Amino acid sequence: MTAAVEVRGLNSHYGARHILKGVDLDVEDGEIMVIMGGSGSGKTTLLNHLLGLLVPTSGTVRILGKDINAIPALELQDLRTRIGVAFQSGALFSSMSVGENIALPLREHTRLDETTIGIVTRLKLEVVALAGFEHLMPAELSGGMIKRAALARAIVMDPRLLFCDEPSAGLDPVVASAIDDLILRLRDAMGMSMVVVTHDLDSAFKIADRICVLDKGEVLALDTVEAIRASPSERIQNLLNRRTEEEEVDPDAYLRRLLGEKAKEDDEGERP
Amino acid sequence: MSKAADAVVHALDRLGRYVLRGVDEFGYAAALLSESLFWLVAGRRRRQPVRLAPIVAQAMEIGIAALPIITMLSGTIGVMLAIQGIYTLRTFGAESRVTLGIALSSVREFSPLITGILVAGRSGSALAARLGTMRINQEIDSLTVMGISPVRFLVAPALVAMVVMLPLLTLWGDIVALFAAGIYVASELESSMSAYWGEVQEILKLNDVMHGLAKSAIFAVLVTIVGVANGANVTGGAEGVGRMTTRSVVHAISAIVITDMIFVFMVTR
Repeated sequence: MTAAVEVRGLNSHYGARHILKGVDLDVEDGEIMVIMGGSGSGKTTLLNHLLGLLVPTSGTVRILGKDINAIPALELQDLRTRIGVAFQSGALFSSMSVGENIALPLREHTRLDETTIGIVTRLKLEVVALAGFEHLMPAELSGGMIKRAALARAIVMDPRLLFCDEPSAGLDPVVASAIDDLILRLRDAMGMSMVVVTHDLDSAFKIADRICVLDKGEVLALDTVEAIRASPSERIQNLLNRRTEEEEVDPDAYLRRLLGEKAKEDDEGERP
Repeated sequence: MSKAADAVVHALDRLGRYVLRGVDEFGYAAALLSESLFWLVAGRRRRQPVRLAPIVAQAMEIGIAALPIITMLSGTIGVMLAIQGIYTLRTFGAESRVTLGIALSSVREFSPLITGILVAGRSGSALAARLGTMRINQEIDSLTVMGISPVRFLVAPALVAMVVMLPLLTLWGDIVALFAAGIYVASELESSMSAYWGEVQEILKLNDVMHGLAKSAIFAVLVTIVGVANGANVTGGAEGVGRMTTRSVVHAISAIVITDMIFVFMVTR
């Protein structure tokens, strides 16, 4: 069976800054892979590469067996109907009602009649416990409801692969936990593979089959939840125990930074 | 290196960057236009047709909703032209020839120009603000990952609506301006409205009307593409949206005026 996601030697630059440094990653069929890491670790950049929104400097990204940077446009369009994405902000179209938002992929990609589209839309709203909200506008929803509506839109085409960006960020613990349950239910009921980007530890441990820990653009660890918990690596333990990292301070570099001068070998940017 | 030489190098460097950015933006606009045309022609074959409903919705917003203000301004311009025309021609005692000036200048120049500028301010800016907000809210990314081309979904309908509605608005502006001017002329020169209309019909050739309408169709493309290009390149949150919206209006109006001059230069001489 082909892996749902297969990333090989992915390098990415933002201007002169080297963001992702040779990332390798596999997501098996039916697996929930959680990508974790602190701010600036490259999580969002990696996700954008998986979605084909960025073009890598080098390396390949295969989604459902297809290299998304090499296949023809029409094939990419087909591939995109088989993946779902729930963005961090929800990214619901503010000019459309919740129902229209969820129905949009069906209207654009299928020849279903309006009655069927209405039924499928309401069905998906039931799944995310938003039944009866289809006539509201996104501006009238709370943060948790927006995330759930975005999830409903992401699964409306019954995708084989689902990406969630920070599904529980900024929500209260009860709502966050409900969203985690929802993600687990979706996987179990529909057999989707999932890639979830989060920095919420509780959520990651609850839903993940495997966890990929990113740090400064490199894969620090890629293993099962138990193995990550038991990891001897200091960096990982720091992350798990919410300890701040004491970076060794180079006095010369520190002085240069304070004076606003550029470090000499500064094309790496964030490295001390 | 001396300070002066340093400053020159610095200025040249800045100039180079400006030029580069200008060329880049121009290229982006051209790519946007050709991609819109591509989806209009090949959309159906690509299973992404440009649909009628959003075109109609945009046409209502760009065209029908602008009718009151276009009517008011075109009428005002017509009367203004009549007043100025009579005042100027009175020096030669030729005020009876005022209709010639009014008819040609409003149909060939004022009506398309005023309509274009008005629509740039109303709809071009709205397009820029809408796209900019959609971009910072990740709605554009969201369309892309759904397999829906943002250009096909957002730009092509606006382009069609604009290219259809702007000439129609201009035509309406022609009629209103001529009519309003006629009322003033007829009362000021103590002639009749029917005599004025007769004269207008004699003066105006189809070519004159088409000259104005062709220009307004070009303005329509300019307003759309400038609005979209600015909106799509928004960075920096709400402030960025505001900045790019203002920029889109200034650019669109500049583009309209300059293109107008070039068009007239090419066609009229």
